[in-house]
Amino acid sequence: MEESSAERAPDVRTLTLEAFADTVIPGEKRWPGDRAIAGVSIGGGSVQAGALAVLEMPEGGMAPALDDVVAALNVHAEHHRDRVGLPTNEEVPPFTALPWADRTAVLNELTAVGHPEKELWTGLALFCYMAFDTGAHLPTTEALATGHPGLTLMRFQTPDTDGLWRFPDYSYRRPLSKLHPDTLENGSLK
Amino acid sequence: MTGSAESTDVLIIGSGFGGSIPAYHLAAGGARVLVLERGPWLAAEEFDHDLRLGTSSTRVFEFVVGQGMSVLSGNCVGGGSVVYFAAMPRAPRFVFERQGSIGHRLWPAAITRDALEPWYERVEEALPISPASWDTTTYAGGLWAAACDHAGRTCNPVPAAVDSDLCTNCNWMMSGCRFDAKRSLLLNYLPAALEHGAEIRPLHEVQQITRLADGGYRVHYNTVDEVDYRVVTGGGTVDAKVVIVAAGAGATPVILQRSEPALGTMPHAVGRYFSGNGERLNTAVIDEDKARDLLGLDRGDGRAYEAYQIGRGPTVASWDRLDGSRPEFERYSLEQLYFPPGLGTVLAQVPGADGPSWFGPGKKELLRDWKSWLTIFTMSEDDNEGVFGAPPPTGNANRFSQQMFGFGTISYEPTENTLRGWEKSDADVREILEKDGLAEVLPWTNDVIGAYTVHPLASCRIGDDPATSALDDRHELRGHPGIFVTDGSAVPAGLTVNPAFTIAALAERAVPGIVAALRERGVQVAYGAPSPSGAAGGRRATREFARAAGL
Repeated sequence: MEESSAERAPDVRTLTLEAFADTVIPGEKRWPGDRAIAGVSIGGGSVQAGALAVLEMPEGGMAPALDDVVAALNVHAEHHRDRVGLPTNEEVPPFTALPWADRTAVLNELTAVGHPEKELWTGLALFCYMAFDTGAHLPTTEALATGHPGLTLMRFQTPDTDGLWRFPDYSYRRPLSKLHPDTLENGSLK
Repeated sequence: MTGSAESTDVLIIGSGFGGSIPAYHLAAGGARVLVLERGPWLAAEEFDHDLRLGTSSTRVFEFVVGQGMSVLSGNCVGGGSVVYFAAMPRAPRFVFERQGSIGHRLWPAAITRDALEPWYERVEEALPISPASWDTTTYAGGLWAAACDHAGRTCNPVPAAVDSDLCTNCNWMMSGCRFDAKRSLLLNYLPAALEHGAEIRPLHEVQQITRLADGGYRVHYNTVDEVDYRVVTGGGTVDAKVVIVAAGAGATPVILQRSEPALGTMPHAVGRYFSGNGERLNTAVIDEDKARDLLGLDRGDGRAYEAYQIGRGPTVASWDRLDGSRPEFERYSLEQLYFPPGLGTVLAQVPGADGPSWFGPGKKELLRDWKSWLTIFTMSEDDNEGVFGAPPPTGNANRFSQQMFGFGTISYEPTENTLRGWEKSDADVREILEKDGLAEVLPWTNDVIGAYTVHPLASCRIGDDPATSALDDRHELRGHPGIFVTDGSAVPAGLTVNPAFTIAALAERAVPGIVAALRERGVQVAYGAPSPSGAAGGRRATREFARAAGL
């Protein structure tokens, strides 16, 4: 996908959420100078898989909270930045300004057992994750047909022409172990 | 209080196994039966092969996150039977003798494996349940069996309520079966109940029960929007002589808790002693070359396995640890299983991760090998640690999403007993799958959403001891005559196997007692209907019990 940074004017909300999603399942930069994506992985990650679309879906319930979530995440990022002594960066939001390892450290901290906001950050991470491994914003047949990065990476099988899955070959069709000695004819144990 | 416009003989809350089975028998016996189901009513063509939010994958499911425990359950007409994997083993004999941590038998004296056998037979005839075979064991099941064999263990094809002639092994059965191959309640008890005049109302979420002056009960419900379950569209009440609560172990105790101010004190065990069936998952990544060389597996096209996506949930289980001579809390099944992407992958951890284990670049690489995954499901003996907090304003959870996701009031802190069982089962799985380098394996993390269960149990359980059980051995709520509980919440403790068959058998067993209660209240109702299929073998087998119940 060719897109220049000049054509795209990412706002704080987009830059922050994309950086968060890229921390969950990372991808490669979409263009030189892509700030949201850290670029630690080859191929598409959660952002390319549609994380922001999933977060914005009315079905998910996350959308109304996103402005507050972005603000809170950036406050956490500022605290982390100051705690570890990183320089201030005014060009992009504080979470996006963090190097990859520090983004990961913040996400680890926010989702750790016992963190008072664990539920929120885990929920946000789960939606970003689901974008990658399910394409939850798209019909699955469409996601596969358009090369969705997560389902493609997993080599998720494509369906029959009617959009349904069938696997006529599914079994080795031979005994592969001994049965438990107490097995009854009905298949349960006695 | 003015009377309700509506009345019925029996009001049933929920249409899963606990609701559908009494609904059929009581309607067939001549009672007026009304079933209120909070979820939608879908037919086969509405069961989607689709992971998009808003398809049947979220419409028919509920995923409630609590403190230390997350519960997956059905949310539709047919309840758990629509979303389950249809694995139907009988509970092992030792399960009925369990004492848990309370120092005496948890099950009522009247119920043993032998006593339950005729009721199992009735359910087996009605669904029906098909014999297990190696010919219908999927690649993933075959792989697990071969790995067990390689490690000197046994492994069994698991009986299932699946019609193999119709099954396409699509592995979408958690979203409902598109091909009517899975023998859900939509194909047997429920249509038979409707045929006999029962009425089922979907999208009716019961909130509470109040008492009437004549000894009957008034059931209060909200109606909810068919797309956005957070939206209440109306409400009403129905009066009934007998109420059967079968909303599932994650919801039944909440309805009773909310009813306590009106009904009076609930038994101590309502909303306590919840069991997650001791559930635990391990995911392995199989070395395909080793699967060929060590296990001799070949799909006939050069591939040894690469078949995680293919199948029908679980098809085999290793039952070597279901040994009554082993100490309690150290007995468990190890069952091969499939979960679709999303729920089925997020908690899997990266073996040897140097950093985050459930997200990050390592997780992406783990997903690259998804076709070579094998998931093993532990069902063990937990310690009934779960306790429900004060009920939420409506329903059993604060719904977060339009469908599926919500936050519940359950808290669960695993005891040393439960943790020991999980550790031993993890070690067993590792020993079997990592032998000779066949696979790398790690348990799912409990650090993200706590422990988890797809088989919630015991939150309103039967027993002989009033201090530790909410129901007597006829499933009647102690101190509240005419209220019965017949779902998974009545099962006293973890079963070490898939519980649907046992829940269903207990519901069958409870029916004669409910018939007797209706007769005491002047309702002319007969007992003794044949199987919904018309078969009568099961009826003959349980006749003696019905006579003992005075029927």
